[in-house]
Order: sequence, then structure tokens, then C-alpha cells
Amino acid sequence: MKLKYFAWVRERIGKAEETIEPPPNVRTVADLMAWLTARDDAYAHAFETPKVIRAAIDHTHVKADAVIAGAREIAFFPPMTGG
Amino acid sequence: MSAPVTIRIQDADFDIAKEIAALTMGRTDIGAVVSFSGICRGSEGTEKIAALTLEHYPGMAEAEIKRHADEAMSRWPLDGLTVIHRFGRIQPGENIVLVVTASQHRQAAFHAAEFLMDYLKTSAPFWKREESAGRADWVEAREHDDAAAARWTKS
Repeated sequence: MKLKYFAWVRERIGKAEETIEPPPNVRTVADLMAWLTARDDAYAHAFETPKVIRAAIDHTHVKADAVIAGAREIAFFPPMTGG
Repeated sequence: MSAPVTIRIQDADFDIAKEIAALTMGRTDIGAVVSFSGICRGSEGTEKIAALTLEHYPGMAEAEIKRHADEAMSRWPLDGLTVIHRFGRIQPGENIVLVVTASQHRQAAFHAAEFLMDYLKTSAPFWKREESAGRADWVEAREHDDAAAARWTKS
């Protein structure tokens, strides 16, 4: 699946997107954040306060308990400040 | 004729009068048009702002605005609506966002425009970064914007 990052989440991770294949025990958006956090310090810094991080699966907002199976694109970003 | 819904995400500026005219041209059934435009301020509190840079999530930005435009069309008797949101670097005094709603009567147009703006602020995937005094900081989300959007879900 493809991961995309925006705003300060993108800056902290140091890339705008990547393709990953998480193991099957990574079931939800929260699991995915925890799995990425364990990979290295950049992810840990981006996700240090998981409750402020917003996520979308295939262009639709989801909560942290959303199941990621079948997702093509998952995005992580801070609360939105447009308008 | 089904009511026209126009959604554009663009770096270029827009012409408010032209967008209003495009919604009402050739029609005599529309009695009310409400337009809201959001403009880049030159200061935030005591801090001077040199410019804003807006980042967005292409694809999702259009999809998310479309979802709320569809909801507005189903909640109020609208004869058309237009939403334009810019991205990229925007200087004080320049336009950022435009919402135009058209209806037979003013209440529907006012309510739908406010509904759309409240949701644009909290759920359209855009992020502002402010340049000021040699720094560039991401703008923090505001709780009162969340509260403004939440009141539309109350019955």
C-alpha cells in the first residue's frame, strides 16, 4: 500500500510518500502508526502524539481504529487548517 | 435542469464577480446569491505575516469538498454552488477561498454557505504555513473551528 504524509508530519518523516507492506498483525490505522514509530526516530517524532494525527484511507477520513486491509492509499496529517 | 456544482482547487486567483455571474447567467429562478471569500490577512495578533503557503492533498481535497457540497445540496433547496480553494503561496490581501451559493430565497443560500465554510476549515485537507519575521510555522487548528462545524450535526 501507498502511504502519504502532509504538512509537519511529512517534514518530520522526511518524505511525502512511500510504498510499504506491513505484516498481517498490523490491522488498524493505530497499529500502523505504532509499527512505523518502531521503525525509526523520524516516524517516532511525527507520531509522538498519536491523538493529534489524522488519517485517511483512499481519500476518506477515518478514525485510528479503522481496519487497513484492502487500502490502496493511507495518508497521515495534522489537523486541517484550510479555508 | 439540475443545479450546477463547481469545485476547483487551483493555484491561480479567481474573479468573484465572474464566478457569481456564471452561477446566475440565463436564469430567472434564482432570487438569492451568497458569496463568502476568505482573504489572507497581513497580521495575526501582533505578528506581521509576510505570506501563507497552502499545502493540500490532491484528489482527497476535491473528494472531501464534493462530499460536503453534495450534503449541502441535499439539505437546502439550492440552485447551484461553487467552491474554489487555492493552494501555493498567497500574500496578504490575496484571495484564499470562495464559496458561492444560489437559491430562490436567502436563508438556504446563507445557511449552505456557512455550512460549507465551517466544513472546509475542519475537514478539507489543506494546511497553512505562515511566513513571518524570517520564520515559517504551520498554523495550528483552532477549537472554535471544530465547534463551528460540529453544530451542523446537531438535530
